[in-house]
Amino acid sequence: MLHRPLLTGLAALAAAALGAVAPAAAQQPIKVGAFLSVTGPAAFLGDPEQKTLEMYVEEINAKGGVLGRKLQLVGYDDGGDAEKARTFAKRLIEQDNVDIILGGTTTGTTMAVVPLVEQAGIPFISMAGAVVIVEPVKKWVFKTPHTDRMACERIFADMKERKLAKIGMISGAGGFDKSMRTECLGVAKKFDIEIVADESYGAQDTDMTAQLTKIRNAAGVQAVVNPGFGQGPAIVTKNFRQLGMNIPLYQSHGVASKQFIELAGAAAEGVRLPAAALLVAEILPDNDKQKPVVVAYKKAYEGRFKSEVSTFGGHAYDALMIAVDAIKRAGSADKAKVRDAIEATKGYVGTGGIVNMSAADHMGLDTAAFRMLEVKNGTWALVK
Amino acid sequence: MLSQALQFLFTGVTVGAIYALVALGFTLIYNSSHVINFAQGEFVMIGGMATVFLVGAGVPMPLAVAAAVALSTLVGMALEKFAIEPAGRASVVSLIIITIGASIFLRGLAQLVWDKKLHAMPPFTGDAPIAVAGATILPQSLWVLGATVLLVLALRWFFARTLLGKAMLAVANNRDAAQLVGIGVRRVQLASFALSAALGAAAGILIAPITLTAYDIGTMIGLKGFAAAILGGLGSGPGAIVGGLALGIAEAMGAGYLSSAYKDAIAFVVILLVLFFLPRGILGARGGERV
Repeated sequence: MLHRPLLTGLAALAAAALGAVAPAAAQQPIKVGAFLSVTGPAAFLGDPEQKTLEMYVEEINAKGGVLGRKLQLVGYDDGGDAEKARTFAKRLIEQDNVDIILGGTTTGTTMAVVPLVEQAGIPFISMAGAVVIVEPVKKWVFKTPHTDRMACERIFADMKERKLAKIGMISGAGGFDKSMRTECLGVAKKFDIEIVADESYGAQDTDMTAQLTKIRNAAGVQAVVNPGFGQGPAIVTKNFRQLGMNIPLYQSHGVASKQFIELAGAAAEGVRLPAAALLVAEILPDNDKQKPVVVAYKKAYEGRFKSEVSTFGGHAYDALMIAVDAIKRAGSADKAKVRDAIEATKGYVGTGGIVNMSAADHMGLDTAAFRMLEVKNGTWALVK
Repeated sequence: MLSQALQFLFTGVTVGAIYALVALGFTLIYNSSHVINFAQGEFVMIGGMATVFLVGAGVPMPLAVAAAVALSTLVGMALEKFAIEPAGRASVVSLIIITIGASIFLRGLAQLVWDKKLHAMPPFTGDAPIAVAGATILPQSLWVLGATVLLVLALRWFFARTLLGKAMLAVANNRDAAQLVGIGVRRVQLASFALSAALGAAAGILIAPITLTAYDIGTMIGLKGFAAAILGGLGSGPGAIVGGLALGIAEAMGAGYLSSAYKDAIAFVVILLVLFFLPRGILGARGGERV
């Protein structure tokens, strides 16, 4: 029993020595670790993320890999459970010895893993939304999706252009809804927006006319914002029209999918919301820098999986491409060098926007990443 | 101000009518078997989801509605036949737990057979709201109210004029005595599950164009219906209707005048208050056994 650790130690030493003298070891694959919520309540986010990663790792390998080395995807499904995410991240770091970690479908699973990656010193790119992931900046943690604060800023900027200053807010009770509501309240002042009514509804609520009636009767209300996710916004939109309210209604990027229009039906006409370029790939003007990227991704994804593309899969695309780009620039899969290269990402054109990272900004997106959309004739149209 | 109150009232009455139908379902089964059927909400879900999918498959609306009600009725009968009846003389608490299991099973099944997405159902007649004294009401709300009134009248006729209806009343009154005079208690129990499943499905179909439907809507609407049944007095038909309407209106007024954050809490606060101060509900039987 005593010689076992000794042997292992010797083997490791030998391997290290070999690695140092013979660059042949560079033929080993670069290990990309991923933990995603492929099942469970966040499955509609995690599922397209996993499919996207698999598809592009395959494609990159078919084209010869990165720096002459193949990519090897080591993926786990955390089922949306933060505890499991932590366990899997530990396994990725300690047993699988991955070179970089992608994932964290939700803010909860991401934040559970942050202490681990910070301690281990391994670059980590999250696909979850909340601002807390990159604020304050954490040395090894990056993220690809835009934040809810940016969505609020985009909405308020649009309101300012339309000279709408007094607004009502109606928010859901979910995590996304609450977080976005707080962010909106926080940035409203910056845009000279006054919130004259602030209502909420429960996750399973089926009727919001009471709340909307209150907003309608609030003095001077000129527009309504609905930070919401899931079924709530569709019902709010229906009730809004039912009450004959004809002030502008803004929804959030949380419902930026065809399903929202299907659910709300004719009531959705005229609703505005901020969304990523991916959703409106075809109608983007040809001089839009993002157009080739989003059209190509959409085509590849929809062609292979026969289901509609979502922004969530796009976040995974961006995470993988930023990682690959950084590894190329770093010239190796060395963790510290890759981290520095990710931080130095400039002008990367992805599905979520144009990414310019810096030591102070580990997301690198600005509000230009959001397009303001309006529902016209049962489909999305770009505003202006 | 008046128009605002009227708007809350319209909202409350519409939702309340649905709660009333669900509460009636609870009452029917409770009366025939003393079981509180926590799968009641799933009948509402089955009604809405089946209609949406049949219409999606190209079946004309009236036919889809009839088929959905029939499907739900069959599920209700199957629940009685394969889950409640085999349990035999098990205690009422065990039977109630069986219904909770059935509810979880049905929800899971719906997820597999249909899907996990939300669905919208087209309204029966148009989307244009009708303005009344500064408030608005949807045509679908009128459908909900009209159909609820019709269903309640039909139930009254059923209990007053048909043999099966009278048998059900007799069993509700005294199960053992009913059995002694030759009423097939088993058959009555089966009929009560069928009837309450049909009522639930009707509620689910009526409300779906207003609220959307999904595989998991049954839990909350079932609990609200249960609260309404308790409020009205468990076991009382008119009580279920009064309880449903009162709960719907209380919720809408509460969300409007107090805070919308507490909307769902209102139903459960109502249950607690009723259990503390009025344990037999508004129209429940007075006297009798006290525990």
